[in-house]
Amino acid sequence: MFEAIAFYLFAFLTIAMFFIAVTTSQALYALTALAAGMIFISAFFFILGADFLGAVQIVVYSGAVMALYAFGMMFFDTTRDVKEKNGNKYIVVGLATISAVLVVAIFAAPIVSQNITALYPMVEGAGNTQEVGLVLFTKYLIPFEVAAVMLLVAMIAGIVLAGKQMDLSLTLLDDKEIEEIKNKKMKKVL
Amino acid sequence: MDTAYLIETIIKVVVVLLIFSALAGIGTYFERKVLAFMQRRLGPMNVGPYGLLQVAADGIKLFTKEDIIPTNVVGRIFKIAPVITAATAFMAAAAIPFLPQFELFGYTVHPIISDVNIGILYILGIMGIGLYGPLLGGMASANKFALLSAARSAAVFISYEVITGLSILAPIMMVGSLSLIDFNEYQSGGIGDWIVWSQPVAFVLFWIAAFAETGRTPFHLVANDHEIIDGFGTEYSGMRWGLFFIGEYANMFFISFVIPLLFLGGYGDGSFLGALGLLAKMSFFFFFFLWTRAAWPDVRPDQLMWLCWKVLMPIAVINVVITGFVMMF
Repeated sequence: MFEAIAFYLFAFLTIAMFFIAVTTSQALYALTALAAGMIFISAFFFILGADFLGAVQIVVYSGAVMALYAFGMMFFDTTRDVKEKNGNKYIVVGLATISAVLVVAIFAAPIVSQNITALYPMVEGAGNTQEVGLVLFTKYLIPFEVAAVMLLVAMIAGIVLAGKQMDLSLTLLDDKEIEEIKNKKMKKVL
Repeated sequence: MDTAYLIETIIKVVVVLLIFSALAGIGTYFERKVLAFMQRRLGPMNVGPYGLLQVAADGIKLFTKEDIIPTNVVGRIFKIAPVITAATAFMAAAAIPFLPQFELFGYTVHPIISDVNIGILYILGIMGIGLYGPLLGGMASANKFALLSAARSAAVFISYEVITGLSILAPIMMVGSLSLIDFNEYQSGGIGDWIVWSQPVAFVLFWIAAFAETGRTPFHLVANDHEIIDGFGTEYSGMRWGLFFIGEYANMFFISFVIPLLFLGGYGDGSFLGALGLLAKMSFFFFFFLWTRAAWPDVRPDQLMWLCWKVLMPIAVINVVITGFVMMF
């Protein structure tokens, strides 16, 4: 009974939060609702007994949405409403509906035809965290490594893009040196 | 799920809530007294014996003060932000074993609300969400100082989460579990078994990161009184501001429980002496928070980021790699 109550409660909360995230034109509401929705999703992992994934969901998404807040802070005055540019409403609604139906169909098809089997049965005596590790380092080793390489590429690209004159700190320079740097930059532009 | 378990859990939740919200209040008294003695003052002296009732006076003031919602703020977010800080601080307590299990009227009590097998990950995750409070409070109030503090709290959150995660990775590899009770069992053999002896680097890193996570003085940039007024708290008044405070102090107490449980043997073999030992260690770490506030100046935000990404993170990664090699060969 508790599971059912928890499931319906968190299902309602998650959907409500994502609904707010999509419909509101206030950036702060949208971001906060997104963060709350992401955290409420972790409840489903806990209900299913996947404690590790639930905690990872909280840790990863609370950090990820925090980065979004930083962008929101840079681009908007978050205490005001954002004026959204709405294109053709019918196309937006149509595409959204089609993609939603498609996703549901993709996941529902194997369940309806009862064609789902667990390829990797539970290992006796292994905890939740160990189970994830076992699958990750046996069946999904290559996707895991590819993801790691992709993250490495993204990290190096980020460092290269942002890291120009990284050892330079404006707070430690005196005015003369700052002027020199300014002049140098002006020359380059000309 | 049987009824006895349900009642037991509810009682435990209520007890933890009551004790730690009271401790958060008394914590402010300790802080004032410790700071005062270190600066050769007396601290609060006038209300009650040795100023003990100062806590009650402050509480009455906070509760009865008018709750002002200024114009131009984003109302709902502004109202909910302090609640996030306070609530997540107490939610994190759900996976902390405060004492060893003991018998009460023939009934075995486990002083942990829920022994999930990913305890430490859960605690750090929820404590991390606690930083959403300052962030949202700062972004929702129409105030430049508050916005600055929100930006800082986002930066601190994103960078120091990395340090806490990487620093406890090495001990987790040794213990092979994420549950704080397993950590305690691993070190229950006595002082020689404490993880701090085999992982001193991880211990120091985690301790440093704990200051950033709780926003205490060397890293007290989020609400730095002498440059950005009270940061995210500038626009708050009354009990909403008080909730931020309760959250901060409760977090300090909980992290002071977590550090000894992870690195310093926790409650040991579970005897009465071991329980007292855990409380003593907790008190020391709490006292250390106040001690550094009296002894150290704040660092600048850029120094904080420099420390995190150029010093602490490489050390943490090297520590993990060395631990891996030692365990493999």
